[in-house]
Amino acid sequence: MKHTLQQIFRSPKFVVGFSIFAAIVLIVIVYPIFITDPPLGIIGQGTFFPPGIYVSAYDSLGSPKYILNLSDAATKRIAAKLGDQERTDIHDWLVADGIPESEIDIHDTEKLLEQWAQNYDPNKKVQGMTFAKQRYYQRLDTSLKGLLSTEGAIIAQKNPETGALEESSMIKQADYVNVSEVASVRFLPFGTDNFGRDVLTELVAATRTSLQIGLVAGLVATLIGLTLGLLAGYVGGMVDDVINFITNLFIVIPSFVLLILISYSVGQEQRGPFLVATVIGLTAWPWTARAVRAQVISLRNRDHVNLSKLSGHSIVHIILTDILPYIASYVIMALILQISSGILAEAGLSILGLGPKTTETPTLGLMMNWAMIYQAHIQGRWWAYFPVLMTIALITFSMNLMNTGLDQVFNPALRD
Amino acid sequence: MPSEKQICLNTSGLTKIYGFGANRTIAVDHVDLKLYEGEVVSIVGESGSGKTTLAKMLLGLISSSEGDIYFQGVKRDISSQKKKQEYWKNIQAIFQDPFSSYNIFNKIDSVLLDCIHMRGGRNLPREKKVEMMTEACSFVNLKFEELTNKYPFELSGGQMQRLMIARIFLLKPKILLADEPTSMIDACSRATILDMLMQLRKEIGMTVIFITHDIGLAYYVSDTVYIMEHGRFVEFGTADEVILHPREPYTQRLINDVPKIYEEWDLTTV
Ligand SMILES: Nc1ncnc2c1ncn2[C@@H]1O[C@H](COP(=O)(O)OP(=O)(O)O)[C@@H](O)[C@H]1O
Ligand SMILES: [Mg+2]
Repeated sequence: MKHTLQQIFRSPKFVVGFSIFAAIVLIVIVYPIFITDPPLGIIGQGTFFPPGIYVSAYDSLGSPKYILNLSDAATKRIAAKLGDQERTDIHDWLVADGIPESEIDIHDTEKLLEQWAQNYDPNKKVQGMTFAKQRYYQRLDTSLKGLLSTEGAIIAQKNPETGALEESSMIKQADYVNVSEVASVRFLPFGTDNFGRDVLTELVAATRTSLQIGLVAGLVATLIGLTLGLLAGYVGGMVDDVINFITNLFIVIPSFVLLILISYSVGQEQRGPFLVATVIGLTAWPWTARAVRAQVISLRNRDHVNLSKLSGHSIVHIILTDILPYIASYVIMALILQISSGILAEAGLSILGLGPKTTETPTLGLMMNWAMIYQAHIQGRWWAYFPVLMTIALITFSMNLMNTGLDQVFNPALRD
Repeated sequence: MPSEKQICLNTSGLTKIYGFGANRTIAVDHVDLKLYEGEVVSIVGESGSGKTTLAKMLLGLISSSEGDIYFQGVKRDISSQKKKQEYWKNIQAIFQDPFSSYNIFNKIDSVLLDCIHMRGGRNLPREKKVEMMTEACSFVNLKFEELTNKYPFELSGGQMQRLMIARIFLLKPKILLADEPTSMIDACSRATILDMLMQLRKEIGMTVIFITHDIGLAYYVSDTVYIMEHGRFVEFGTADEVILHPREPYTQRLINDVPKIYEEWDLTTV
């Protein structure tokens, strides 16, 4: 036994798979200790904030100012507002307004902005331009105001008594604040989702729920499959015929279709994560049952089983001590496969909108479902679905890798 | 034939058919076997002639397709688990392949303890059990102190087969069915194991069914010899009758296959 464990941990495939899986489990356990926000708490007003470090603008006004004379600051500021796309757009507007092409040089920032300021009129109707495009030009116009100014900005506060604005401080262009001195900063590595929730916190909670769903589904499927497989394989006869019939029935009807039907008929309100997990397990056992049955049939006529019978052992004793230990490694591999396919099944169900209904914890499938409904993939909000996809892929990849490693240890013929 | 002796086990028209359709194999074909108390009967036939299948039917490990088995003159009834356990107190076996005969997860102690428990010694004090196991092991020249807490697969093939004999020593059944017990063992251990078997038989007065493909071995150990070909008994009689005056060409061939000292050794038949 100890020897086998040593061999397993010497298999590179198993070790890599196990490390990835252990890392995921570790993150799922440790992360909530440090970030205690509720995973479905809405923090952002608006949808799909991109990933990044969010610094409180208000707090940074009050933070200590440092003057840094950076030569490229102005260039960067202009480039951020006036990129290649904006320059082309301005060029297009000016051309449509009747300025000859030859007079426009989109690389001369000063001249371009001057021409824009002189000619742009937000109320002017340009032929053939959509309303959306008009709005875009209005926004562009506002953002370009004061772009070339070298003045700072004045911060004014309302005097509570007189109601007049009083200058309280002045921010110069060379003023900087140190992020670590700003009172409120939030790092959102995966931004926010369609409801304005922190995707990372949500993802960690979702991974946790999905792993639990996979574990429950895998255990249910393996327990049922193992029991039925052992009975069918060892007892044989009528018992085998009946169990085989049921197993074949379940195999003929694709389990996912069955899963959809059951989930649908259970109804949205009743579908908690563990009910969904159990339903997944209840539809996934036939493969385990069939594989276990085949293994048991090849074992039941072995001499060590015959000798055990001759020693007067009961059927239960023989199944538990002469059959089960011989297929234990096989059952563990089947369990790992069932867990990973349980996670995939939940994701599949949730994408179809038949997943668990939860108000406290998301699941990986539900996150995919939300991202899809709010068209994150069409709008290019990759952070709302790509990390979820990666997590699902990593979990299944690591589990399959562990399985391949185990297979190589238990089946010496597969060793390379 | 010692007619004053009691019939211990006999069969009538015992048949086993495996599979059906194109896969139909008649492994044992209407076999009539008579086993008298205290004698050693050999069943000789080449590989695939149905010896093991017959043995498993006699042991009650597989069902027969046709025919009956009588134990001590009464039709054998092993319809329930309890009756089977009762039957197996009377008939035990040693199998051909010692390497697959043991559960690799069980220690040697548990193999021997099972035998003591089967003989109703479950509530004996631990020291008494150890004493019995030590006695059984020393009968087959093994040291129980060295075997305790070891696994069977840590032994050599010959040692494992000797442990099997120790098992029989503890169980003391009426009938022992030895299915080619020495064919997987190296030649040196073979004679030792045969001698131990015969010694045990004398000591507890067992009836022995000795299955082998080696007619020379059968002559060496048995009173009565049955020759089996394609599931049928083609010839039987006392060892002297059958082996010194064979009537069937098949028996003749089996005898000719035994290597002679003055001939060149043909190792494939050993
Ligand atoms: N479980 C089984 N299923 C189908 N055929 C079998 C089975 N066991 C044995 N046979 C067939 O029965 C015949 C007799 O086999 P066996 O009794 O093992 O012969 P022996 O022990 O004399 O070598 C062989 O042809 C073998 O292929
Ligand atoms: Mg055989």
